[in-house]
Amino acid sequence: MKDKRSGMPEIAAAVLASFLLVLSSASCGGRTARPGGGAALQIKGSDTMVNLGQAWAEAFNKLHPEINVAVTGGGSGTGIAAIFNGTCDIAESSRALEEKELQQAKAAGFVLRETIVGLDGIVVVVHPSNPVSSLTMDELREIFMGNVKRWSVFGGEDRPIVLLSREVNSGTHIFFKEHVLRRGKSKGPEEFAPGALMMPSSYAIAEETALNENAVGYYGLGYMSPRQKVLAIARDEGSPAVLPTIDSVRSNAYPISRPLYFFTRGEPAGAVKQLLEFALSPEGQAIVRATDFVPVK
Amino acid sequence: MKTPSRRFREFLIEKLIFLCGIASVVFVALIFIFLLREGVSVFKTVSPGSFLGGRFWYPISNPARLGILPLILGSLLVTAGAIVIAVPLGIAAAFYIAEVAPKRLRTILKSCVEVLSAIPSVVLGFLGITVLVPFLRNLFHLPTGLTAFSGSIMLAFMALPTIITISEDAIKAVPREYKDGALALGATHWQTLYRVVIHGALPGIIAAAMLGIGRVFGETMAVMMVTGNAAVIPHSLFEPVRTLTATIAAEMGEAAKGTPHYFALFAVGIVLFIISFAINLTADVLLNRNRKR
Repeated sequence: MKDKRSGMPEIAAAVLASFLLVLSSASCGGRTARPGGGAALQIKGSDTMVNLGQAWAEAFNKLHPEINVAVTGGGSGTGIAAIFNGTCDIAESSRALEEKELQQAKAAGFVLRETIVGLDGIVVVVHPSNPVSSLTMDELREIFMGNVKRWSVFGGEDRPIVLLSREVNSGTHIFFKEHVLRRGKSKGPEEFAPGALMMPSSYAIAEETALNENAVGYYGLGYMSPRQKVLAIARDEGSPAVLPTIDSVRSNAYPISRPLYFFTRGEPAGAVKQLLEFALSPEGQAIVRATDFVPVK
Repeated sequence: MKTPSRRFREFLIEKLIFLCGIASVVFVALIFIFLLREGVSVFKTVSPGSFLGGRFWYPISNPARLGILPLILGSLLVTAGAIVIAVPLGIAAAFYIAEVAPKRLRTILKSCVEVLSAIPSVVLGFLGITVLVPFLRNLFHLPTGLTAFSGSIMLAFMALPTIITISEDAIKAVPREYKDGALALGATHWQTLYRVVIHGALPGIIAAAMLGIGRVFGETMAVMMVTGNAAVIPHSLFEPVRTLTATIAAEMGEAAKGTPHYFALFAVGIVLFIISFAINLTADVLLNRNRKR
């Protein structure tokens, strides 16, 4: 009885304290930065690079069992946002920093360092039964802007074209828009057709193209599988159509390719530096090739 | 000696319970204030009219085009489709469970309904994308199976447990005398059900439907996976749509803080909040009226 009585105010105090804690953490929002080193590394960002990041993390963990590496996706923008508020150590990104992100970093008082760790080709895929096997960049542009609506225009069957795009939080979406629709001018007025389906993941695009004869979609080289048909792309009317392969991306013969980045806060140090060096080492670059991306070295 | 400390204890407990009691009210108020504070800023860049009535949603373009009319219509269309499927099915199931089914079957059915409500929405969405979407495309010869209709079917599944459980309670709450009276007057079981019991249970059933609608309207994951998310004004159930919830879920991660896009997503949240609040309020009013009778 006595114990209970004396315990009561304590419980009340604890409840009140936790209430206050909830309120204060809700009100102050941003978290303070975490140091880059330590026993656990957080890598976050591009969905395209998740598999690559995980393969690196596993191999790296064998060399350095004391360092745990956690890799999550969510999109390039998500990773870059996470590095701003200190919830990850390395942001994987399939696009370069945008102007507003550079300014944001400047305002927050730190430098984001970029390292190119690999190359990626964006493949354009259709259903395996689709007779169309190659397109020019201009044709691709017309298709994704919604100006051409039927496959018969390109020698296919008389079917409607169903456009599959990634969501706006995807680096792949932004790269495709700027590189194909806007012909490399990032501030152009061109947009995806309003009727383009926005798919939440590369998996969803792969699934829909494998099952739907009308669909055309795009995603990173790493997602290629025999369940979809990959189109050869010609830079313009006069040039030959090129299929995306490791060699054609590296030699820049395939027109839709892009660098893959690691972003770190300031100069990498400690475990972050070790992981970066590992990614660029011959062993790390062999993993790039093994996960269907293109090595830089 | 004993009384003051005891009184203090009473006082503390009373206040603590009071705090817990008003906590949800405080949280709702805080959430709304937070949404309002973040969302209202969008009206510095677009007028409320062109935000709510705009036909184009290109949030990351420069300048951004922030019209959410296609999103509002998308959400309403998917919800309407789900209601048309789930409400009749749910009410009929509730009548069967409450009035017709033999006792053993009733227990089995009730636990099945509970299991249905326990299926995570992402699992339903996964089933939708691999099974339902290709099936609907082949069945109706659609350009794509990622349509509002697929979303409606998914959501109907998710609303069913709510509708069945609450309707069943309402049916059970109809006084036994009504039924006995009807049967004594020579009405058949079926006549009693649809002439007497349904009238007694009606406010409860409507409330069940409204709560089901509330559940459907706010659902995100399954819808995002199967509706195609194209921000166009839909003309039929068999076209892709983009919902308010899916828009927030898909874009919040990318939106840089302080941009019109970021504020617009909060404003979308306000619209969602107001609509679901209205739905829940209606359900509440109907439930209360039911209790008073």
